[in-house]
Amino acid sequence: MSNKKARNIFITVCISPAIILFILFMVVPTVEVFRMSMYSWGGFSNTKEFVGFDNFKVLWNDAGFIQSFQNSVLLIVLVAMITIVFALFFAALLTKENLKGNNFFRIIFYIPNILSIVVIAGIFSAVYDPESGLLNSVFDIFSLESMKQMWLGNQSIVIYSVAGALVWQAIGYYMVMYMSSMASIPASYYEAASLEGAGKLKQFTSITLPLIWNNIRTTLTFYIISTINLSFLLVKAMTGGGPDGSTEVFLSYMYAQAYGNSTYGYGMAIGVVVFLFSFALAAIVSHITKRDVLEY
Amino acid sequence: MEKKKGMRTETLFKLFIYVALFALAISIIIPVVWVFMASIKENKEFYGNPWSLPDGFYFQNFIEAFVEANMGDYLLNSVIVTTLSLLILLVVALPAAYVLSRFKFMGSGLLNSFVKAGLFINVSYIAVPIFLMLLGWDSGIKELLGEGLFLNNRFILALIYASTALPFTIFLLSSYFETLPADFEEAASIDGAGYFRTMFSVMLPMAAPSIIIVILFNFLLFWNEYILALTLMPAENKTLPVGLLNLMAAERAAVNYGPMYAGMVIVMLPTLILYIIVQKRLTQGMTVGGVKG
Repeated sequence: MSNKKARNIFITVCISPAIILFILFMVVPTVEVFRMSMYSWGGFSNTKEFVGFDNFKVLWNDAGFIQSFQNSVLLIVLVAMITIVFALFFAALLTKENLKGNNFFRIIFYIPNILSIVVIAGIFSAVYDPESGLLNSVFDIFSLESMKQMWLGNQSIVIYSVAGALVWQAIGYYMVMYMSSMASIPASYYEAASLEGAGKLKQFTSITLPLIWNNIRTTLTFYIISTINLSFLLVKAMTGGGPDGSTEVFLSYMYAQAYGNSTYGYGMAIGVVVFLFSFALAAIVSHITKRDVLEY
Repeated sequence: MEKKKGMRTETLFKLFIYVALFALAISIIIPVVWVFMASIKENKEFYGNPWSLPDGFYFQNFIEAFVEANMGDYLLNSVIVTTLSLLILLVVALPAAYVLSRFKFMGSGLLNSFVKAGLFINVSYIAVPIFLMLLGWDSGIKELLGEGLFLNNRFILALIYASTALPFTIFLLSSYFETLPADFEEAASIDGAGYFRTMFSVMLPMAAPSIIIVILFNFLLFWNEYILALTLMPAENKTLPVGLLNLMAAERAAVNYGPMYAGMVIVMLPTLILYIIVQKRLTQGMTVGGVKG
């Protein structure tokens, strides 16, 4: 009996601090996001007013929100598609081909992932600078003046510049992920395939892809969640949503409304919509890409 | 004839591979190295060709960043906040992960899925509610003490960093503890060790490899984080990334680029050094909580 008591005390002591911190700083704020989205609240004044779903109705006709929605969806699709192609390609090269400097490339490709997003914003401001930027001066060297752009100043291309920076920082991370699942595919499969005359591309599409499919599916969810998050952090540090709202994304618009504009209730309503949207999108994508898992 | 052609496509393929690999490697190395070089350039050097090498080692940039832009203070704040967060995180997460993964009790299944659900909560969503919560506590405390306590407080920021890292850390540590056989605990119990004794002297030391990975990942997370720091430290005690944001805005307005790049070097140098020392563990550790073993 006393042993059972000791066990209970031990369990309580061990998990209580974690549970208290988790509830206080993660569960409560999350619940608050949902609760506050129903209120009209200026923040510092204490005049909270329950308005039901009014915030969401306003959202429906808010041109700023619709633009941020379009930008975010464009970024999610672009970044996921480009990153997945590059990451798979380089992962396949580094695991399958016997290359010199294998390790060197792995180490270099992962570097963007350890840099602060503020530093990445700084780096790409230097790369995209219209006059003394690295990208434009490369075009100068090759006499391709027509390719020179105001990468961060032109409203119609700035969102692609943001996508470029996001892909740059994401490739290494996903490459390492795919490498680890590719490494566990037995080499005998490839030997058998090559004896039967299957080329490298054929081997990739009929052995590698099906066998790491589950891993790719998992990363699709990561792409959705992390692009929503990182695009906010990058845009906030690099363009501030400009020029003229052309790089405003989901959470940067939420942050601008809630923290900048002090319309907390409205900002939180945006948060709720984004939260639900990302979950729904992840569920749909995961449902569409569902295949029978191949065992090996 | 046939064989020769096969050889040639093989060589071409190899060539193509190396061109692709070097292209990506260069696109990563050049901008990073360029920032390092820009950090020792004098301001007038920024007007010419961006590819020119620095004329000399213009250390004034770093002095300006450290002294005038307060990056020295921010560096100290970042060190304090990161260290405190890691300490709090380990003290809180290790026992919790151990108990959640190896003890069955009422509600343990529920708690485990609760923690997993926490993996989906993103700091960017809850930064503003956390700010409002602290603001509310501050206005309550102001009536008692005359000044706020929770905003602009390094310890509170560290506590919140640790809390937001709990789900990932507990998840990662639990998946390690689950793999350990029960023999160790039984042996310790036969030798008369209590629960606490067993945990501290038998189980936690065995988790050392996982603990190192947890420290590495969370160090990068805490050191680089800026949205909570920006929101919760509006006045004083800024951390490095927030300081860098201010520095970037100020120097760009003043068309004085050197200190800005010096600031970027100050922020990324510690992570780069750490990465080069431990890169093997870091890229391997990524697969610890992974999908396939």
